[in-house]
Amino acid sequence: MATKMIEMRGVNKWFDDFHVLKDIDLTVTKGERFVICGPSGSGKSTMIRCINRLEEHQKGQIIVDGIELTDDLKNIEGVRREVGMIFQHFNLFPHLTILENVMLAPTWVRKLPRREAHEKAMYYLDRVKISDQALKFPGQLSGGQQQRVAIARGLCMEPKIMLFDEPTSALDPEMIKEVLDVMTELAEEGMTMICVTHEMGFAKTVADCMIFMDQGKIVECSPPNEFFESPKSERTQQFLGQIL
Amino acid sequence: MNQTRTWLYKNLFSTPLNSGLTVSILYLLWLMIPPLIDWIFLQATWVGESRADCLPNEGACWAFVHARIDQFLYGLYPVAERWRVNVAFAILFLLFVAFFLSTVRRRWVSALILLPYPLLAWLLFYGGSWGLETVETSQWGGLFLTLVIAGIGITASFPLGILLALGRRSELIVIRSLSIGFIEIIRGVPLISVLFMASVMLPLFLPEGVNFDKLMRALIGITLFQSAYMAEVVRGGLQAIPKGQFEAAESLGLGYWRTMQKIILPQALKLVIPGVVNTFIALFKDTTLVLIIGMFDFLGIVQAATTDPKWLGTAVEGYVFCAAVYWLFCFSMSRYSLRVERKLDRGH
Ligand SMILES: Nc1ncnc2c1ncn2[C@@H]1O[C@H](COP(=O)(O)OP(=O)(O)OP(=O)(O)O)[C@@H](O)[C@H]1O
Ligand SMILES: [Mg+2]
Repeated sequence: MATKMIEMRGVNKWFDDFHVLKDIDLTVTKGERFVICGPSGSGKSTMIRCINRLEEHQKGQIIVDGIELTDDLKNIEGVRREVGMIFQHFNLFPHLTILENVMLAPTWVRKLPRREAHEKAMYYLDRVKISDQALKFPGQLSGGQQQRVAIARGLCMEPKIMLFDEPTSALDPEMIKEVLDVMTELAEEGMTMICVTHEMGFAKTVADCMIFMDQGKIVECSPPNEFFESPKSERTQQFLGQIL
Repeated sequence: MNQTRTWLYKNLFSTPLNSGLTVSILYLLWLMIPPLIDWIFLQATWVGESRADCLPNEGACWAFVHARIDQFLYGLYPVAERWRVNVAFAILFLLFVAFFLSTVRRRWVSALILLPYPLLAWLLFYGGSWGLETVETSQWGGLFLTLVIAGIGITASFPLGILLALGRRSELIVIRSLSIGFIEIIRGVPLISVLFMASVMLPLFLPEGVNFDKLMRALIGITLFQSAYMAEVVRGGLQAIPKGQFEAAESLGLGYWRTMQKIILPQALKLVIPGVVNTFIALFKDTTLVLIIGMFDFLGIVQAATTDPKWLGTAVEGYVFCAAVYWLFCFSMSRYSLRVERKLDRGH
């Protein structure tokens, strides 16, 4: 039986009196890969940031891995342990080495012994092919390398779900591929993923489901071939026309 | 040789204006430096019994400083017990040496300095147990007292300032308003009045019979005062940290205190080292204000000594000596902070 990893039911969010998210319903089951696209300001970031409570929703329910997100700090902590997030601007900790960046959360959140955290960190750095840079500082790495480190940092918590918020849009074209390769590999291993991106090639190869958002609403949610071949809504057609 | 010439040309004589400035400054130095050297060194009197011994010479009467140096250092601390002060400072010195030489065990050394050392120092300074005679704090004085006040003031106001800065940015309204209220009230009041309040008014509010030490009250006053300034310096650093750092830490599941300890403060404090050291230096010099509540710190005791009939007319020497010692301490702090800044530079 497919387990529900993320369930959003009638989620609404306002920034003051600006209605950002309108009646969002979304169900992601284990191992599914969702790709979200849509025009700037449509609420894509806000929606995925609600999933690990970087933003608070005001109405509706969000249940992640069986835990409902409420004001209860225990629940929020519980959810954050299971959800990794990758940001557009990497957000590595500049005062720590690459290795320390990756080891930090396993050491202080999972409370692993130093040696174990170290081994795990090296394992994930190896997976994103950057273990040779372990002792450098983030400022000494290229954008693509930094983003791969950020992915290793997220993976090192061994999350059940990974969220990506435009992970490649701050990168030079020649670095995009190295990051997408890592993400594709991750998808093939069965990680549950939600990814905001406009890399349609990537979307076509990995997505189980494409979501198109506009003005705070999910306008379209369908498998990629359907989404790209015969989008139902006119707005989606327009948008695809612009970016493809 | 050629290099020197290019350097001279480039830096001192590149334009007519530049050359003019160079020449006039050299002339000014020529007017000022030789008499100064004369006064400080060549014509100075180094030893003597009273001001009269200095009169034959034109220069400074360092004999005054020489004759009174013990008092300048220890104040009215009983002569027979001064070894205790020396021992305490020697231990501190060794701990500092250990701190600077060791690269691996620094954490332990700093823990030693911050936890057991103050207790040990208190035991030595104040006595009253281990067969040591009690020396009341009213007898403490001189450079010794200055260092005690500055040392405690700095080590206490720094963490307190950090807490206040965090409080000021807290999402909990009660904590935020308390922090803002405290900082703004303290910053709006001169240190002298805080000290007066601590020494004169505080006892009025305390129940009868509860009498706590004047030095302690001054320390509390100075610490609270400087922590408000420290808080504003640290807040500047906290505000400079991008939101993404908080979000990355949150998304990894780090709690508030861990995030502050491991991610935010290390970066924020690094940014504000100049401001923090500035506050330390201000605190160091502000300790002289305890004079007005009747404590004889370094400046106070030097000033008192200049009124000694035997040494009348040596005030300049006294103040110059004082200024040199204060400068030495403040300048070392400033140099050390530069070194720390350079060491923590991560190239971003
Ligand atoms: N903290 C905030 N306070 C007020 N308004 C906000 C805040 N964050 C986002 N918004 C607004 O909410 C809307 C949705 O923002 P969001 O960042 O989710 O868009 P997005 O779809 O991710 O856009 P982009 O493609 O540019 O990243 C925007 O109009 C934005 O101006
Ligand atoms: Mg966005």
